[in-house]
Amino acid sequence: MKKILFYTNQFFGQIGGEEFAYTEPFFKEGKVGPSNAMAPQLKDAEFVRTIICGDNYFAENIDKCLEFIKAQVEEVKPDLVIAGPAFNAGRFGIACSEVCKFVQQTYGIPSITGLYWENPAVEMYKQYCYIVETDKSAAGIRKAAPLIAGLANKILAGEKLGTPKQEHYYPKGQRVNVFHEKDGATRAVEMLLKKLKGEPYETELEISVYEKVTPAEPIKDLKTAKIALCTTGGIVPIGNPDHMYAATAKFWKKYPVEGDCLEPGKWESVHAGYDPVYANESCDRVAPYKVLKQLEKEGYIGELYPFLLTTTGNSTSVADATKFGQEMADDLRRAGVQAAILTST
Amino acid sequence: MNLELRKVQIKDIVFDTESKIIDGVLHVDPKKLEELVMEDRKVKSVSFDIARPGESVRIVPVKDVIEPRAKLEGGDVFPGLFKEDMQEAGNGITYCLKGMAVTSTGPIVGFQEGVIDMSGPCVDYTIYSSILHLCMIIEKQDYVDPHDHEEVVRLAGIKVAKAIGELGFDCEEYETENIEWKTIGEKYQEFPDLPKVVYVYNCMAQGLLHDTYFYGRDAKALVPLMITPNEVMDGALISGNCVSPGSKTTTYMHQNNAVIRELMKIHGKEINFMGIVLNPLMTTLKEKFRDRMLTVRQVKMLGAEGVIISQEGFGNPTTDLMIVCQELENNGIKTVIITNEDAGVDGMSESLPDSVQEANAIVTTGNSNATVMLPAMDKTIGILKEVERVCGGNVTSIQEDGRLLLEIHGIMGGHNLQGNTRLGAVTI
Repeated sequence: MKKILFYTNQFFGQIGGEEFAYTEPFFKEGKVGPSNAMAPQLKDAEFVRTIICGDNYFAENIDKCLEFIKAQVEEVKPDLVIAGPAFNAGRFGIACSEVCKFVQQTYGIPSITGLYWENPAVEMYKQYCYIVETDKSAAGIRKAAPLIAGLANKILAGEKLGTPKQEHYYPKGQRVNVFHEKDGATRAVEMLLKKLKGEPYETELEISVYEKVTPAEPIKDLKTAKIALCTTGGIVPIGNPDHMYAATAKFWKKYPVEGDCLEPGKWESVHAGYDPVYANESCDRVAPYKVLKQLEKEGYIGELYPFLLTTTGNSTSVADATKFGQEMADDLRRAGVQAAILTST
Repeated sequence: MNLELRKVQIKDIVFDTESKIIDGVLHVDPKKLEELVMEDRKVKSVSFDIARPGESVRIVPVKDVIEPRAKLEGGDVFPGLFKEDMQEAGNGITYCLKGMAVTSTGPIVGFQEGVIDMSGPCVDYTIYSSILHLCMIIEKQDYVDPHDHEEVVRLAGIKVAKAIGELGFDCEEYETENIEWKTIGEKYQEFPDLPKVVYVYNCMAQGLLHDTYFYGRDAKALVPLMITPNEVMDGALISGNCVSPGSKTTTYMHQNNAVIRELMKIHGKEINFMGIVLNPLMTTLKEKFRDRMLTVRQVKMLGAEGVIISQEGFGNPTTDLMIVCQELENNGIKTVIITNEDAGVDGMSESLPDSVQEANAIVTTGNSNATVMLPAMDKTIGILKEVERVCGGNVTSIQEDGRLLLEIHGIMGGHNLQGNTRLGAVTI
């Protein structure tokens, strides 16, 4: 028999209303409140313990509450945690989601809560746990209970889950590979036929709208400015000492540049996305350090930051690239750099 | 334009003292093939090996995969490569040896060469695991530079594929497919009520290991142009060993283009397949805009109501894919695009490096950043160590026990962008 730990608040835990919102967390053995509606639909699993906590207390003492949850999890060793559902309740929604995120991240224990789509906790937490779609108010428990119990059964049995739509949970936003019955070309032709006939079809990838990067204010006086050179062209010291990847970079590196250029024979390209032959003859073709050094000598720019900040742009995910950009910017800011030139390939 | 494909099914490959096909078994005299390849003085050494589906064999680093084909009449297969003179491909009789390929390996040229396992989980990812491979392990002379190295390997593979293909001429058992390609006017007249569909065929044109050849001409020197399915099947298009292994359109994928196959199936029934526009993917924005203009113009001239765009590569080519899709949709032409995704190893990142809102019908061939653990194989054809330097691999790829942790990028054809695989991705 699999063990489920249940979390609820003062109201659903049958302590009382708003006047009990500062109730400190405590537990009762077995099931309480909404878990009674879910329990009959569970296969080979039971609610072993219920944690009840006041919404205000949780909101104002998150760390203490999570300490309490931690102790409970370590004692009970549950296979799954269910919290709520919290419907459209703001504080309770956050509390349920926070508990779910905590047990998932700390112990890898799967967790489920249920929320109305407008509940702000959906956007904040859907990537961390399963959040089942519910109605706005507690009257929706009759609909929510079988959905939560059904999902719990599948997770506990290690069954393959259907799509978020089929399982009625908010997508976590994670792209997962699957094998289709038909190959891509067949699917493309079928999609086109539907589109031509004006029939409904489903794109396999919703297009994202990207954040536009606003260019910084221009440098007022180049003659006194400190300029840095960065590249996504995979330029590294010869021999690739840090094993920069040919694609899907996981890090960026900062290398000191000695002399007035990226001296041929001392640098190379490890980037798998372009013809590296000409870059390897002179890496200045990808990261024009020589030209900037010349401009420094001429007094056109104040100073050239004597490092090359580099990574491989090839197939690097937007998330990783964004992180690298922020880290590079931090480094440059600390070094008093006012502007950077970033070359790509 | 009429092409008769005679498909000879190959059941096995064995080495022998004479080259011939007996009862579907390809007998190969490796000495003869070695002599053929060594005609090129830039080749230092060459040897051959055989890999069969189900065997514990890994081929790496693979450069190109080529289906043996040869023409009994109607000119040469792979025209424009070896002779000054050439005849338009796509007419006459062509023999194809099905169920096998000539596969080139040997020391790495660049970072774009990949892995084929003949058993294990790789089988689900790539169609190459399910065919026989006559592997050519080729090494260049020391003085040969990288660009020449690529050319040497490319042409040697094609030569061998043609020579093997010619063995089909003596086979009496084959399956026939007739491919008729009419003029635009005839097509209009023949199926006036069917929706007119055009295929936009993106191909790489970006330099070493990022090129495609059309009748032997480097695609960097092309502008978008109308081509026929018949000539594609006859080897008018060959791979310059392009792009990362997963998305590389090998010569085999050109010869067996899955989008053309599917469009031909429903031509005259559900659609009127009007033509193909070959669109070279260049590196600079100016070229991309020029190619967009010329591609869209030709699609419109063909009267298209619907378009499928297939892809090669990712990153800057995603821009080509998006801007052509946008322009087509803005012209009222309903468009479906095929792309892979780079959603990060954990699948939590944005999937594409560029996007337009008009791209509202996308087929995805999967998140190619996702990793797969491939078991150790008893035998490697080629050089295993090179995995550390290829796209999709790195210094931590080779495990102590011989297993291989690879991104899907590293598997040859792992997320083929003409849609020749079943891999896809969903949001959970």
